[in-house]
Amino acid sequence: MSNSFLIILGIITPLFAALFSYICRYNNNLRDSFGIIGGLVTFLISLKIFHGIQNNEIFQITFFTLFDGVDFTFKVSPLGSIFSLVASSLWILASIYTIGYMRGAGEKNQTRFVIFYSIAIHAALAIAWSGNLLVLFIFYEILTFSTFPLVGHKQNAESQSAGRLYLSILVGTSLIFFLPAIFWIWLETGTLDFQDGGILINQFPAEYLSLLIAMLVFGIGKAAIMPIHRWLPAAMVAPTPVSALLHAVAVVKAGVFSFLVVIVYIVGPEFLLQTKSSDWLVWLACFTIMASSIIAITKDDLKTRLAYSTISQLSYIILGAALASSLALKGASFHIITHALAKITLFFCAGAIYVTAHIKKVSELKGMGFKLPLIFFAYTLGALSIIGVPPFIGSWSKFYLIMGSIEREFIIVAIILGISSLLNIYYLLQPVVIGFTKNSIREVKLTKAPLTVWPPVITGLSCLIFFFYANYFLNNVSGVIVS
Amino acid sequence: MVGGLFIIITSQNYLKKVVGLAIFQTAVFVFFVSLAKVLDGTAPILTKMENAYSNPLPHVLILTAIVVGVATSALGLALVLQIYRNYETIEEKEIQSLELKSDKLNV
Amino acid sequence: MFNIFLDDAAALVVVLPLLISAIIAFMPSKIWPWIISLVTLVLHLVLSLHLLKEISISGLIIYEFGNWEPPWGISFKIDGVNIGLQLLFSIFVLVSTFYSRKIFLSEIDSRDSGKAYSLWLLAIGSLNGIILTNDIFNLFVFLEISALASISLIALGAGQNRKALLAAFNYLIIGAIGATFYVIGVGFAYAMTGTLNMNDLVIQLAQYSDGQLAIFAGMSFMLIGLMVKAAIFPVHIWLPPAYSYAPSAVSTLLAALATKTILYFFVRLLYEVFIIYPSYLSLFLDFVLYPLSLLAIFIGTLIAIYQDDIKKLLAFSSIAQIGYITLAFSLKDHSGITSGFIHIFNHALIKGGLFMAVGYFAILYKDRVTLNSLRGFGYKYPITSFALLICGLSLIGLPLTNGFISKLYLFQALYTNQMYFSIALVAVSSALAVAYFWKIVEQMWFSEIKFKSEKEDAYIYLPIWIITVSIIFFGIYSSPIIEFSNLSADYLISGYQN
Repeated sequence: MSNSFLIILGIITPLFAALFSYICRYNNNLRDSFGIIGGLVTFLISLKIFHGIQNNEIFQITFFTLFDGVDFTFKVSPLGSIFSLVASSLWILASIYTIGYMRGAGEKNQTRFVIFYSIAIHAALAIAWSGNLLVLFIFYEILTFSTFPLVGHKQNAESQSAGRLYLSILVGTSLIFFLPAIFWIWLETGTLDFQDGGILINQFPAEYLSLLIAMLVFGIGKAAIMPIHRWLPAAMVAPTPVSALLHAVAVVKAGVFSFLVVIVYIVGPEFLLQTKSSDWLVWLACFTIMASSIIAITKDDLKTRLAYSTISQLSYIILGAALASSLALKGASFHIITHALAKITLFFCAGAIYVTAHIKKVSELKGMGFKLPLIFFAYTLGALSIIGVPPFIGSWSKFYLIMGSIEREFIIVAIILGISSLLNIYYLLQPVVIGFTKNSIREVKLTKAPLTVWPPVITGLSCLIFFFYANYFLNNVSGVIVS
Repeated sequence: MVGGLFIIITSQNYLKKVVGLAIFQTAVFVFFVSLAKVLDGTAPILTKMENAYSNPLPHVLILTAIVVGVATSALGLALVLQIYRNYETIEEKEIQSLELKSDKLNV
Repeated sequence: MFNIFLDDAAALVVVLPLLISAIIAFMPSKIWPWIISLVTLVLHLVLSLHLLKEISISGLIIYEFGNWEPPWGISFKIDGVNIGLQLLFSIFVLVSTFYSRKIFLSEIDSRDSGKAYSLWLLAIGSLNGIILTNDIFNLFVFLEISALASISLIALGAGQNRKALLAAFNYLIIGAIGATFYVIGVGFAYAMTGTLNMNDLVIQLAQYSDGQLAIFAGMSFMLIGLMVKAAIFPVHIWLPPAYSYAPSAVSTLLAALATKTILYFFVRLLYEVFIIYPSYLSLFLDFVLYPLSLLAIFIGTLIAIYQDDIKKLLAFSSIAQIGYITLAFSLKDHSGITSGFIHIFNHALIKGGLFMAVGYFAILYKDRVTLNSLRGFGYKYPITSFALLICGLSLIGLPLTNGFISKLYLFQALYTNQMYFSIALVAVSSALAVAYFWKIVEQMWFSEIKFKSEKEDAYIYLPIWIITVSIIFFGIYSSPIIEFSNLSADYLISGYQN
């Protein structure tokens, strides 16, 4: 199979999954199986591309020219290959989980849900493999629009207003900041292609670079840096599979991935290091990390707490991008994988607890640990990985980020990262502690939903296992960035 | 000219507005025709004598404009008639209050 | 024999619809007026294509009526500036006429069909005249014919809602004032120069190089008159009620083409004639048109957000979009004029498509289309709804639609002129456009009410989809529109630089 065909196949597979789900909408089992099949196919393709990239193969396909210097083109970068691998592999698990959750929770409109879920994955893959900034932008918007029906899925007043907030922040920021920034780059350089080392150096007025970086970081609202983070907690009204795959992996990672790509392939780390235009962003990211950690402590709703934790973790990646040193970028890219694995575990667990025990609040978890041991086991694994305890995969990325900040002589940043880990311990492990406290106040009727239990266990264990195989990914990451 | 414009703006009666419009337009026509006047000019009829004659073009233009003006007035009057049939009044204030009432009924 | 027609193609594109209009006025039949109109407009398209061919050979056609030479006789001029617009016009009127039949059938008394199509062709012919004419007084005549025809068409909406009469009456009064202002301006210009032909006017005006008060007064009167007609903020007040209470087919025609043709003439007057007084021109552009455009964009968008009635919402969005066009034209350089023309093309398609889709909903719903009435329509009428969605996304200006191309070039033009404030404003207002458009989408697809899909009328959704496909087509393959606009800008700007 030729390389360009692989890209097309990978991108349209989720669309076919959506189409077949629609065709088979009257047969629930058949309909839901297409998510898993689609996940498997895209996973295999992503894996092949991932290995191809490691062997310096080129994956590129151009369709047509949009306007001067900008084609509708896909080109897989090493960063993109990682992101697609993460998204597609977790899609398999999330599909299995979705079946258990949606049926267990008795949600309506499951067909629509499955369809838009697949379309969202399609957009995420296209973002990962996009060949220039405009193509990335197109699929960024498609991702926003396709996740809107998922956020507003319950169609009650709360979810509708949440959906509106979600859409208005994401689309609004992208149209006000991101698109003009893209135009600006195009007007200055005449191209939007991703190139190693960036395209802005010697082309873009250095004194305005800070402004451009600001437009980008605020325009890519999916990266959820403060003060445009409000949409993420709001989106938690969605069913948990959405929160798990989309708002811990696909959507938010698409955001930070976009920002990382812009830093690495458009602005160029070297240019950034010369001008120091992103140093202010380091502090904003630090502020977001600390502030959202503190907010997370005060939240009693488990999913909201996890959402704020996500905001804080996303800022790790932005922090890494803003530092722009090779170690920090390595850490930031690697954090996409590590955080995805760990956070999806946590969300899976939160959803599983909701489906089986109908509990949403941390304070009501007393004694649940004894009744749902597997779920709490998986949860603990995920939490430890996010905290960054060896031997969990999360410790690698944190290590590189701290090294990166020391490399740039931001000692305070390293300290902040440390404090943030302490806060993580508190708010992520508190549910576990409560869960294993005796004296359950009330009897809870449990519903069985085995399909929601195993996916988190698998992802949780992989957090542990991949600690030892981190080099497998790290090679790919460092290959790109150091060049 | 200004008088006509004044009527259009101030009057509450649609019929009066149409009349105001007609006055306004006629004033402009007269202005046009006055442009054509050449001192001591006569009507521009081809004769053997070489007389100074008024410029005929503005007259021709105004002839067209008059037709347009008549059509405008006619359409305006037709509309006023239709408005009267539908609302049984052609006073702006009364129609507005009628509309407000019907809006309230619909809500 | 056909060649005889082709020789007079320039005149026939205007005269043919006017003639046929008189013929079909009193036809009692329900369907023949439509068929005859359709045939006429197919011929119209053929003639336009012929003109395009001629233009690509010679670059300029001046058609003199009755062989009277220009300063005296009336002449039409076809050149690079208006040929693109002529083609768009021709294609769009054909599509919208095709669309109009079922709409007219359900919205007006079918016995009036002949009269309605008579007025319809009258409006088309006279609007076409505005595109082609090279004579400032002749323009006034066409302006008034088109205005009277459209007012009558708007008043036909009275069968649905009697407010249409008030809307038509207001349009009549305000439009007539605007036209009369324009005539006063023409009078001043004629008094000073003794000519009405645009080319000759330039030559004659050149002798008053220092400028005279009478000329400036005349120019101002003409511009104000045209601004009223083109619904440039703040003299746009006639437009929203007129568009929203007119029969749906009429709204489509007016929204897509009526203001566009007048805007075209407005620009032509600015850059072809008034250009010889650069100081006056830049005064007008910088201190009148530019701020007014910004206000139009901002206020139009804001009002649109709070509209409940969909047709009114679209009408206010038109005000904002006209603001984009005039903003582009106020930039005084090649990129600005190009982007203005690009947006004239694209917006005609987008608004036409939107009004068509909403018009169809109006006859399906048998009442005014408000936000609430659209509930669940996405499921009930999926084909039309999906077209509406695409047109709306294009209105917002997302990539892969032609609205994006407009926005791209507008940004480029503003950027080269270093108008960063305007860039910010345009960006914000396009984000606000999401707000009003998304309200519609939310009602259509994400409300509680569900319907089984119903059969849709192919006669109606076919033209809607023709427009929708062209929106996507020109979003991906944008070079035809860009080339035509570039050509227009080349012609106009060459006058500016000389």
